[in-house]
Amino acid sequence: MKSNRVILEQLQSRFSDATFTEQTTKDEIFTLWIPLDQVQKILRYLKYEIQSPFTFLYDLTAVDERTRNRSTNHVPHADFTLVYHLFSYTGNCFIRIKVGLFGEYPSAPSITSLWANANWYEREVFDLFGIKFEGHPHLARILMPRTWEGHPLRKEHPARATEMGPFRLWDEKEDREQEALLFRPEEWGLERQSEDSDFMFMNIGPQHPGTHGVLRIILQLDGEDIVDAVPEIGFHHRGAEKMGERQSWHTYIPYTDRVDYLGGVMNNLAYLLAVEKLAGIEVPERVKVIRVMMCEFFRIASHLVWYGTFAQDLGQLSPVFYMFSDREKVFQVVEAVCGGRMHPNWFRIGGLSQDLPKGWETLVQNFLDYFPKRLKEYDAMVLKNSLFKARTKGIGIFTLEEAIEWGVTGANLRACGSDWDFRKKRPYSGYEFFDFDIPTGQNGDCYDRALVRVEEMRQSLRIIEQCLKHMPEGSYKADHPLTTPPLKKHTMQDIETLITHFLNVSWGPVIPAGEAMSCIEATKGANSYYLISDGNTSPYRARIRTPSFPHMQMLPYITRGYTVADLLSILGAMDYVLADIDR
Amino acid sequence: MEASAPNYFLIVGGVLFVMMNVAAGLIWVERRMLALWQDRYGPNRAGPFGLFIVLADTLKLLFKEDWIPPFADKVVFVLAPAIVMVTVLLSFVIIPFAPGIVVADLNIGILFFLAMSSMGAYSIILGGWASNNKYALLGAMRGAAQMISYEVFMGLALMGVVLLTGSFNLRDIVEAQRNMWFVVPQIIGFVIFFIAGVAETHRLPFDIPEAESELIAGFHSEYSGMKFGIFFVGEYLGITLISCMVVALYFGGWLGPAFLPPVVWFALKTFVFISIFILLRASLPRPRYDQLMEFGWKILLPLTLVNLLVTAAIVLMQNGNY
Repeated sequence: MKSNRVILEQLQSRFSDATFTEQTTKDEIFTLWIPLDQVQKILRYLKYEIQSPFTFLYDLTAVDERTRNRSTNHVPHADFTLVYHLFSYTGNCFIRIKVGLFGEYPSAPSITSLWANANWYEREVFDLFGIKFEGHPHLARILMPRTWEGHPLRKEHPARATEMGPFRLWDEKEDREQEALLFRPEEWGLERQSEDSDFMFMNIGPQHPGTHGVLRIILQLDGEDIVDAVPEIGFHHRGAEKMGERQSWHTYIPYTDRVDYLGGVMNNLAYLLAVEKLAGIEVPERVKVIRVMMCEFFRIASHLVWYGTFAQDLGQLSPVFYMFSDREKVFQVVEAVCGGRMHPNWFRIGGLSQDLPKGWETLVQNFLDYFPKRLKEYDAMVLKNSLFKARTKGIGIFTLEEAIEWGVTGANLRACGSDWDFRKKRPYSGYEFFDFDIPTGQNGDCYDRALVRVEEMRQSLRIIEQCLKHMPEGSYKADHPLTTPPLKKHTMQDIETLITHFLNVSWGPVIPAGEAMSCIEATKGANSYYLISDGNTSPYRARIRTPSFPHMQMLPYITRGYTVADLLSILGAMDYVLADIDR
Repeated sequence: MEASAPNYFLIVGGVLFVMMNVAAGLIWVERRMLALWQDRYGPNRAGPFGLFIVLADTLKLLFKEDWIPPFADKVVFVLAPAIVMVTVLLSFVIIPFAPGIVVADLNIGILFFLAMSSMGAYSIILGGWASNNKYALLGAMRGAAQMISYEVFMGLALMGVVLLTGSFNLRDIVEAQRNMWFVVPQIIGFVIFFIAGVAETHRLPFDIPEAESELIAGFHSEYSGMKFGIFFVGEYLGITLISCMVVALYFGGWLGPAFLPPVVWFALKTFVFISIFILLRASLPRPRYDQLMEFGWKILLPLTLVNLLVTAAIVLMQNGNY
């Protein structure tokens, strides 16, 4: 592509002594290998100096390359690869920077001085791969317990408990575990006192009604004022990425449902878009529209949960009941279509699990008739309530620049005034054919975040209505050998389809070697699956980029100076899901 | 109205019995009403309309382990729930439910009520302090500030009524409303008294000391079993007390058309205000602690003072005309 050439030329002229190796990938994201010793310089150049700069560190992860089947994939040799995904808002394009690392426990320079949100990403890579980052301010485990031995995403680390030998807790180990549980403020970078006051440390969570899940926030308090807040995450870590490496491409779909567990099939979509890029499947129009429709239903369901619990966090007891009963109406549609509710596991590689049921139009139409009135009621009940405004206006403010620096996406970004929505700017699954608006806010406070989400529900209704009116005819599965499970009707006609069908349902489809990343506008922000196939029945590496992770990372930055009560407003307005943070 | 000795004990026993049962029954009423407003059923299984839920709850609380956390200050920890119970129950002494049905016809009735409600603040502070828990401590601090501030407006708001009647005796105040309920001339006083009353009973939207989503249960986080139950019943007694006071001070107490006995009128009016308490809980979010204080000191205090001043001026003018 032309713009890629331009970027490469600029880089080469600036860093004439460095060698850049280009790699072709299936997702057409410009992928460049850069030398380890120039990482910081090159990334700094990409962030600040290049034309249409890559201001947004979209994702940072690593790949353990040691057992990769290289015969099918021409990539430079390395033991580990660091992968930086950068995004340029002005150029509307991604760039993937790869750095090869050598040795058992290699190290790389930290880029925390370049991007604020690199901090947690680097800790995650350290935790899961054992790669050290020189110059990182606080390189400690983040997802795994502090006493964990080994680094789970390394290939030699067992993937299941049965490979690990029986669990034993001998006395010294128990003492060690107990010792690790003790709270020492210094380990968290917290002072015990200032010149004029002794601080109080208070745990919000891991069990607390205001955190909506197992999240611990250590508060450093001066009276009721928050001096500092340190989130501790990882309680909900289930190793979704590690599981990806031993599930077949097909059987991994239900695991994705549970990442953003309020997003339902939206997670399937993010994963499948990447798989379909790898497999080269183009899905039929009908599949695209049905996928969009179900995703928007889940967007409404997710926002309703957020709306109700947010009001409840602020002490308003009733809205949550109304909103959950409305969500029940959404689930009635979802149930009729998918058979499941929160985790329908309904999309398939190259299509859907089933076609739409008879009479789905009536169900959808009923919901479209019913819901707008309720939304209006909620406006009067919640958004226009002066106490609600008093609790949310001017609280937890961040600017657009700060949002980009910290990797904020989704409604939280749009509340700062940007109209960036991946559905509009980088359409996928046919969003370009839909007519809808992108609501934005101006102040970047909790109230604007709420406004944006509420308006998004109305826009989702518009999209669903268009799906209803213009549902294309056709098949609900792509006619492609890698479609899983393939269309059954051909299997009795020709032997080739029968063989593929047999293989696809027995050991699963073999997705051609390559790399691809999807990027969708999920309920909470940008969600991506970065999949690497080395030509096997399961991914070599499945990386899940979730929106809640960087959002939660920003919490200390936006809560300092507010009170404990405000913390709950900020957490509520952030709209996160713990499984989406910890995966 | 000197009651004879057996009659007197009947009234004391009756008031105590009725109030305890009303408070317990309110738990059921509140849960059912909240459920009604929130599109759900509420407790509807135990007994007719789920009425026995109160009995079941009480039994459960009674049979729970009487647990005192090892890190708590034991004496104070046990004392705190007792204080709320005692002070609220003592306040009922001065409420005239109907002519002749009053425990103590004190000529300083209102002052006694104010004194008792001030004492009530101790239960929160001591309970939170003795729990030796950070959530409880924060709740206790919030509670102390809130209750002490709102007592000021509560007392001042009442003074309008006292000025109009010229008496601290609640029976005199009710009698003085034969021509016109005091809610008409004292509308501002009534509104402020009611708001202060909500703050005083720390009910939503002013349940800041216990703020469920922030401080879990605030000052009574560490309490369980019957000691928690006493805090719980104390809260409902508080609601009943404030509703009774509102009725006596501003809505003509037992006065009403003769087709119903006076005590029924009193009960009916009180129930209306109890329902408003519950409706408030169902509809409003909770302000932040500093916002509540600001609202009190910057808006309510000047308003009460103006109200008091204007009332005093009018009373003075009327007296001058005589």
